[in-house]
Formats: sequence, structure tokens, C-alpha cells
Amino acid sequence: MRRLVKTTFGVGMTFGLALTAVVGVAQNKAFAAADWKPKKPVQFVVMAGKGGGADKAVRLIQSIIAKNKMAPYAFTPVNKPGGSGAEALVYMKQKNGDDHTIMFTLNSFYTTPLRQPGLGIDITTFTPIARMAEDTFLLWVNSDRKDINNIDDFVKAAKAKGKAWIMAGTGKNSEDNLLTDFLNKAYGLEMKYVPYKGGGKVAKQLAGNNADSTVNNPSEQLGFYEAGKTKALAAFTPKRLPLFPDAPTFKELGKDFVYFMQRTVVGAPGMSAGAAAYYQKLFTKVFNTPEWQKYRTKKSLQGDLLVGDGLMAYWKNEREVHRQMLIKMGVIKS
Amino acid sequence: MEILGLLMDGFAIALQPLNLGLIIVGCALGLIIGAMPGLGSVNGVAILLPITFLVPPTGAIIFLAALYYGAMYGGAVSSIMLGIPGASTAVATTFDGRPLALQGHADKALIAAATASFVGGTISVVLFTFFAPPLAHVALVFGAPEEFALMLLAFATFVGLGGDDIAKTIFSICIGLVLSAVGLDIMSGEPRLIFFDIPGFFRGINFLVLAIGIYGIGEMLWTIEETRATGGAKISEATVTFKRTMAALREIMGAWKAGLMGSFLGYFVGILPAAGATPGALMAYGVAKQISKDPDKFGKGALEGVVAPESANNAASTGSMLPMLTLGIPGSPTTAILLGGMVIWGLEPGPLLFVEQKEFVWGLIASLYAANLAALLINIAFIPVFIWVLKMPFTILAPIIFVLCLIGGYAPTQSLHDVWLMVGFGIVGYLMRKLDYPLAPAVLAIVLGPLAEPALRQSLLINDGSFSIFFSRPYSAPIMIVALILLFLPLIKLVVNKVRVKKAAA
Repeated sequence: MRRLVKTTFGVGMTFGLALTAVVGVAQNKAFAAADWKPKKPVQFVVMAGKGGGADKAVRLIQSIIAKNKMAPYAFTPVNKPGGSGAEALVYMKQKNGDDHTIMFTLNSFYTTPLRQPGLGIDITTFTPIARMAEDTFLLWVNSDRKDINNIDDFVKAAKAKGKAWIMAGTGKNSEDNLLTDFLNKAYGLEMKYVPYKGGGKVAKQLAGNNADSTVNNPSEQLGFYEAGKTKALAAFTPKRLPLFPDAPTFKELGKDFVYFMQRTVVGAPGMSAGAAAYYQKLFTKVFNTPEWQKYRTKKSLQGDLLVGDGLMAYWKNEREVHRQMLIKMGVIKS
Repeated sequence: MEILGLLMDGFAIALQPLNLGLIIVGCALGLIIGAMPGLGSVNGVAILLPITFLVPPTGAIIFLAALYYGAMYGGAVSSIMLGIPGASTAVATTFDGRPLALQGHADKALIAAATASFVGGTISVVLFTFFAPPLAHVALVFGAPEEFALMLLAFATFVGLGGDDIAKTIFSICIGLVLSAVGLDIMSGEPRLIFFDIPGFFRGINFLVLAIGIYGIGEMLWTIEETRATGGAKISEATVTFKRTMAALREIMGAWKAGLMGSFLGYFVGILPAAGATPGALMAYGVAKQISKDPDKFGKGALEGVVAPESANNAASTGSMLPMLTLGIPGSPTTAILLGGMVIWGLEPGPLLFVEQKEFVWGLIASLYAANLAALLINIAFIPVFIWVLKMPFTILAPIIFVLCLIGGYAPTQSLHDVWLMVGFGIVGYLMRKLDYPLAPAVLAIVLGPLAEPALRQSLLINDGSFSIFFSRPYSAPIMIVALILLFLPLIKLVVNKVRVKKAAA
């Protein structure tokens, strides 16, 4: 019964959204658009490699769609990890007007086009489908560090070690790098940022005492955290996370800083309105399945469902936020 | 013995009719997928992952692990028969497997690969059963300096014992290293070597594209030329008879040292996150050559050259499950996907998995024993079929191989860019071979380069650019020293030879 209510709610909501999407389009197109369905398997591009957080989410979504028979054709994941998403973005751009190619994106959706204007990517030309979640970030240290139990201890220890303090993260200029820069600036530290390939490897560096701290997503540290090998000191979220009630937010600590990683589905630029409406409806349904909700709770994911114009507005805002961050880091000039 | 009790419980799970069926189907599918050039265990596991939602999690991991295992056996098949490594793990198997097949001993090579895989698989599962937790600790403390030392050792075992022409070997390695640097550099966050601004290069050059190109297409061009010159190779002499099989088995027994060494080496390299089965198999090949009484035979059809890498890659595939289960870090690309599957099934990999999910863990371990036996039997049963395929006239076989190569190049990334690149490498590979350049070092470099480079730069970054970090840590120092000694061996040889030549001239 509860499930039925949820689904009805989802369908009702998408109907509204489908209408909004259609309004902007010419009348004659709108009628044909209402019942668009995939005519062949849908390519589900992943902006990252196999086995990472985004890839896991895509494979879960693929299986949710297949298991509940939500679409007439399969959704096939295709990994395009090259160049921090540059490869995937260029690919999507080339797929202009294609109704059977969608992509799962991260924050490199903003940063890569900003850092590489030569790619000629304008993310506002992409078709917004649905934001499925926002991943969160926390500051972590190894549990062996009995002397570090809160952010003040952390700052003291990191200051004492100076440039020898190792912060492991996922690639230069990545989300982790932005957060490290923030911490260095906010607390007057000189932590050294060492990039590794993938969040899982970063988490392992900390658990194996090959790094002093990390800013992992909860899903990446969960295994070690539950085994008592690592501990979370503070969260880059507006409110404390239910899974980590003892980790205060940076806001509470007097540094007004919040940072999320989007987990969003986008369509190729120039996708037909009918197809966009179809995918928005489909992913709203996926969002409301018990499987996806369970995954969100387990991985401590935040961020409500966001579709269509609301998602586009969110992108524009986030892109501006990232532009400012990259300017401050000295990565780009304007 | 608590462990034995747990293992028995595990067998009770693994031998349930459904799970046993999954093991057999998984092994057979894996064998076929592995035997197709280009389609390795990574693709197989990724494609079949959604199917596993039809069975309980334990059954699902058992199925995928059997598939992984079967593919390890199957990879050797295309290495031996076609000279094309089906997956990076089977590269080393081509070095002697292909020459054996060309000499009319394909049956012997295939039996050797199957039995060696079985030995490697079994030894590693036993090690896994009894020493999982302490080894997990070693895997955890392994940092960037240790990783680099290990990669250097993998290079060194090869170069130090390498071909006759050292200058050409080094040239070949350099080409491989340059190609491996294409794509995004994670250390600087900048793209490198994006030739002609073609977006396909952002992804870097996949090892398989190079390997299928030079071994598949290049080898085919080479064989066409050879066949025209000699009027057919001895390749079709291989048959399966009881007498031949028995003789082959006796000969394989003689290579027990290589098999044992490969099993242990493969397992220990496999448990180290990031390394996986490929460096393990390559190192096993190098070491086998070193400990052999007759190292000159290697590359020309030495049975140890098949036994060592095959036992190592199966042992490593078991080993790479250890960091996946206990640390949540995949030891190989395939286990990365298995890890994704575990998350979807609602299991949290990590140090607590062995405590909280006993049924799952021990069911999996027991199923590895069963999968090993199943894969051996299925593989042996298929050998006559493989031999029959090999006997097809080359005029029929060549187009089939060519199509398989194209599919293999396209399948992993679904990008035509890779197909063109592969054809290009095929032609360049053929020309290099005509000019007598060794190609294996280039392939080795493109496999190990992307693992070694970040590890080196991470280590140097941590230690402010000083190499002392490699010699001041308990695990990296001994590995590094052995690697350096092996690495400089050819240089010393070169100098000694020069001096001798001069003396002879004088």
C-alpha cells in the first residue's frame, strides 16, 4: 500500500513536470511528445571509471529499471572516464539531438568545461533530467590518532607537521582538492595534497596510515569507519548527518562552508522534449523505488529529487560557485 | 580448528544444487568469454551483473566468481591458439604458448595451461582460507612507495633477463611508456599527449587496443607472409590422443617448480591492491626464466613459460578478492565490478565482512574450490574442440580472427576510435617485427606504466622529491634493492660484452 501511494505520488509529480517541460515547446510537437518511448537500448554514459561511486550508482539504477521492468529496452552503462569527464562531455556533445543517450554526472560536469574552455562545452545546452542525490563530504583521520578528536586537535596537529602533513585525495583539482584548499585557507594550514586514482584508494591510504587525513564521501570510508579504523571529525554539510551524529558541521564550527557532489542524470543536448519528459518521469519513478531510497540511506546521500528547469537553475548556480572556487585556487582566471 | 568448521559450512552452501549449477554455468560462460580475444573477465562480469539479481547474494557472487575464474582459464586459450592475449592477464602466456602451438604442440600447451591454472587456483584458495586476515593487514600498509617498488621489480624481472638486443628492448619499452602516458594525468589534472585534439585520446590508450593490434592484426599479417613463404606451418600437427596427453602430462609434471613459484608469487602480488593478476603473471614468467636451467628456451616454446604465468594469474585472481572483501578496495578491474555488485546486494565490504557475513564469505571461498575443479574439467573437455578450430585452413581462420579482433577492440569502450587505433598498431607492430624489434616489452610497459607512474610521483611528492623514501620503509626497501640489481644486470652485461669484444679485437 505504501509503495502504491509513493508511486502514485511520483506519477502525479512527473505529470506536472512533463507538462512544464512541454510548455516551452511548439504545440504540434507537444502532442507527439507525450507518449515517447525508447525504440532501442539506451546508452547510459558514466563520467567515471568502472567500480567508482558513480559507476556503482549507475549499475544499481540499471538493475532497478530492469528488475521492475520500467522500460521497454535495457539501459547499458558505458564508461567514459577519460580526462576528468572531458571524454564523456565531448561524446555527449557529438550526440546532439540523440534521444537514446543519457549520462550520469558528477561535479566534473562544472569544473572540466571551466578548466578546459577549448572543449567548447556549454552545460546549459545539455538536457536536464533528474538529480538523484547529492553525496556528502567529511573530514577523516585514522583512529590511531588518539590525540585528534575534534577540529581544534586536528588544526594543532596539522600545523605542527606543516608541509609534511599528507592529505590524500582523488586527482588534482578534483572535489577533494577544492576542499583541501578550503581547509588550508580557513585554518592557516599547509597540508600537502597527494592525488590518488579513485576514492576507494584514498580511503585505504588513510586506513593504512599512508596519509594523515582525507575528505572522503561516507560511502568510501564506511567499511573502515565501521571497523573502527578511521573516524570523522567534521562534515561539509548544512546539518549533521544521521550516520555520523558526533561529527559537527563546519557551519557549527564557525566556517560557513557547505559542499556537495551531485549525482545527476543528464540527456544529450538537443534531446526531443518527448524523450526528456519520458526520462524525467522514469527517473522520478526510480528515485522513489525502495531500492534507491535504501541506497541513499545506507550511503548517507542527501539532496532531494530535482528535475527539469529546477535542475537547470541548480546547475547554473553550482557552475558559478565552482567558477569562484577555481578562480580562488588560481586554476582559472575568469 | 574453527576455520575448518567454517569452511565445511561454506561447502554446504556452495554444493547446494542451485549454487553448484551456477558454478558450472559460470565457469563455462567465463571460459568462452575469456577465450574470445578482447572480451575478458571484466566485460563478462559487467555484462552479467544485472542477471544476478534473480538469485540470492551468495549465489550471485558465486556465479560471478566462477565466471571470473573461467575467464582466467579461457584467456590462455586465445593466447596459445591465436597468439592474441584475451586479457592483459594472459599476455605472458603468449610468449611461449604461441610458439608451442606453432610447433604443433597446441594440445600440450593447452593442457599445461589448464593444469597450471588448477594448481595456482587451488594453492591460492588454500592460502586464502587460512591466512586472510594477516595478509589483509599487509595489503593495507602497502602505500605508494611499495607499489612503485613492486612495479619496478616487475619491469626488472623482464628487462634484466630480456632479449638479445638490449638497445631495441629499451626502445620498445620507451614506446610503451609514452603510449601509456596518453590521457589525463591525475597528478597535475591536465590532459597529456592528446594527438591532433582527438577526444578519444582523453581516455588514454587501453592496453587491449595495443595488444590486440600488435598480436592479433600484426601476427596475422606476419602469418600470411610466412604461410606464403613456407606453404603452411606445423600448427595443424597437434591432435588429442591418450598417448600424447599422457606424455604431455609427464612433461608438465617436470615443470612443477615453475608452477609452484607462479602460484605463490601470483597470490602475493594479487592481494596487493592495484596490482592484480597482470603484473603477477609477468613477474612469474620472468622469475621462471631466471630459475630455469635452460633460459634460452624461453620465448621459443618452453613449457615453464606457459605454466608459470598461468598458475600465477589464477592465483592472483583469488588473491585480488582479498582486498576487495576485507578492505573494500578492488585488486583488479574485475573485482572492482564485483565490489559494485556487493554494494547493490546490500553487503558492505570491509574488515567487518568476515565477522558479520560468515555465510557469504565462506560460501564464496568454498565455491572457489569447486569452481576450480569445474573449470579444469570443462576446459579439458573443450580442448579437442579448440584443436579442431586450429586445424581450419588459415584462409578461413584469418578472416574470423580479424573480425574477432575488431569486436574485441570495440567491445570494452564501444568506440570506433579504438578500432582504428588498433588497426594502426597492427601495421606498426608488423613493421617493427620485420625490423626485429621485440614487441613484448612495449606491451609490458603499457600495462605497468599507468600503475608505476602515479605511484612514483605520489611517493616523491610525499617525500619532497627525495628518492630516500623507497629505501627507508620496511616493505619497499628490500623489493627496491632486488629490483635495482635485476635492472642493472643487462647494463653490466653490456659493458662486460663490450670489453670482451674490444679484447678480442685487440
